[in-house]
Amino acid sequence: MKKTRTNSEWLLISCTFVIAFLLTIIPLPPIAQWFRPEWVALVLIYWVLTTPSLVGMGIAFSVGLLLDGLRGGLLGQYALVFTLMAFITLKLHRRLSLFPIWQQAVCVFLIIIGGQLVVAWTRGLIGQAPMGNMFWLAALTSMVLWPWLYLLINDYRRRPL
Amino acid sequence: MKPIFRRGNALGLQLFLLVGIAITLMIVDYHTVYLKYLRQALSVAVSPFQYAVHMPIQLVQRVKEQLRSRQAILDDNQALLNEQRLLQSKLQKLAALEQENTRLRHLLNSPTLFISDKVLVAELLQADADPYVHRLVLNKGDKDGVFIGQPVLDADGVMGQIVEVGPVTSVALLITDISHALPVENQRNGMRTIVTGTGSWEELELSHVTPTMDVQVGDEIVTSGLGQRFIRGYPVGEVVSITPEEGQAFLRVKIKPAAQLDKSREVLLIWPQITASDMTLSSEENNEENAHEQ
Repeated sequence: MKKTRTNSEWLLISCTFVIAFLLTIIPLPPIAQWFRPEWVALVLIYWVLTTPSLVGMGIAFSVGLLLDGLRGGLLGQYALVFTLMAFITLKLHRRLSLFPIWQQAVCVFLIIIGGQLVVAWTRGLIGQAPMGNMFWLAALTSMVLWPWLYLLINDYRRRPL
Repeated sequence: MKPIFRRGNALGLQLFLLVGIAITLMIVDYHTVYLKYLRQALSVAVSPFQYAVHMPIQLVQRVKEQLRSRQAILDDNQALLNEQRLLQSKLQKLAALEQENTRLRHLLNSPTLFISDKVLVAELLQADADPYVHRLVLNKGDKDGVFIGQPVLDADGVMGQIVEVGPVTSVALLITDISHALPVENQRNGMRTIVTGTGSWEELELSHVTPTMDVQVGDEIVTSGLGQRFIRGYPVGEVVSITPEEGQAFLRVKIKPAAQLDKSREVLLIWPQITASDMTLSSEENNEENAHEQ
C-alpha cells in the first residue's frame, strides 16, 4: 500500500515538473515574456516544502541541469540556483509550512529573486548579456501565482486518495 | 511528516557537494569543450518538450492554411509566379557576371571556382525565453550534417550562426545578440568593419568607425567573408543612422538588419563552398601588383 502511494506521488511530481517545463518554453508575445513566472522554481519549492523526504537537493540539482539544457546558459547555472533554493526551503520547511499562504508567497518571492540574483551574477561573471531591468517581474508573478498553485496541487493530491 | 531533522548536518554536506559540482560544471563548461557530450545528452532529453510546444503551433498554422479562401491562394500563387520570373531573370544575369568574374580572375592568375552552396531549410523549434538572449533552437542537428559555425540565413539576409549541435536539434546565435560580431563590408565602397549585436531586434552596430571612413546612410552592408565563417556577399543590413559620440573617437553607426530576425519561422542553413580565392586575399593583392608591373 505504501509503495503504490509513493509511486503515484512520483507520477504526480513528474507530471507537475513536465507541465512546468512546457510552460517555461511556450512562446509568448515579447511584452508578456517579462511577466512569465518561474514555473519550474515554483513547482520545485512546492514539492520540497510538502514532501521534503522525496524531493530534496538532488532532484533540485537534476531539474536545474535540465533547465540549463533548455535555457542554454552555462551548464550548472540553474543546477546551482535550484540547489540553493531547495536548501533554503529545506532549512525553513517547518516554519514555512505553518505560515499562512500569503506569507508563504512572500517567502517564495524572496527565494526566487535570490535565485535570479545568483543567475544574474554568474551571467555577469562570464560576460553574458544582462538580464534586463525588469527581471524581478518574473519573481513577482511567481509570488502571485504561488497560492493558486499550492492550493491546486494540494486539492489534486487529496482527491485520488 | 517524516522527520528530516536527523539529517541536519547531512543537509549542509549535501549542499556543499552539490554546489561544488555545479560550480565545477560551470567552470568546465566555460573554459573547455569537455562537456559537449553532456550538452548533447541534455539537448536530446529536452527536445520532447520543445517538440511538444512546437506541435500545437504548427497545427494551428496548418489549420489556418486549410481555411484560407481559394481566392487568397490563387492570388498568392500568382504573386509567387511573378516573383519567380523576376528571380530567374536575375539568375541569368548572375550567371553572366560569374563567368565574367572567372575570366577576369584568370587574367590576374587567381584560381577561382564557383559552386552553388548546399542549402537546408530548418524550422524554428524554440526562441529563447529570455528576451535579451538571442538564440534559436532549430529542428536540424548532427544527423543532418549541421556543424558549429554554420551560417544561418533567411530569405532576406544573414541571421546568425550555429553555436551548438545536438543529435536532433541545434542552437543558432543571432547577429543581434550582444556577444555576436560579424566581419562585414560596405557594398558601395568595400570598406571593411565589424558588425556587433546590441541586444535589440531592430538594431546592429558597426564598430570602430572613424569619422574619416566613408559611410553614408542607406549603404548596404554585406558579409565580407573574412574569418572564413560566412561566405562573402550575403546581406546583413542597411545603415540607418550615423551619429558622432561626444568625446569618443568613433561614430555610432546603426544598422537595420535585413533578415526578419524575430519573425522567421523557417531558416536556411548553408554549406558554403569556400573557394581558394576567398582564402588567399594577400596573394590576390600580390597578383594585382604583378599585373600592374607588367
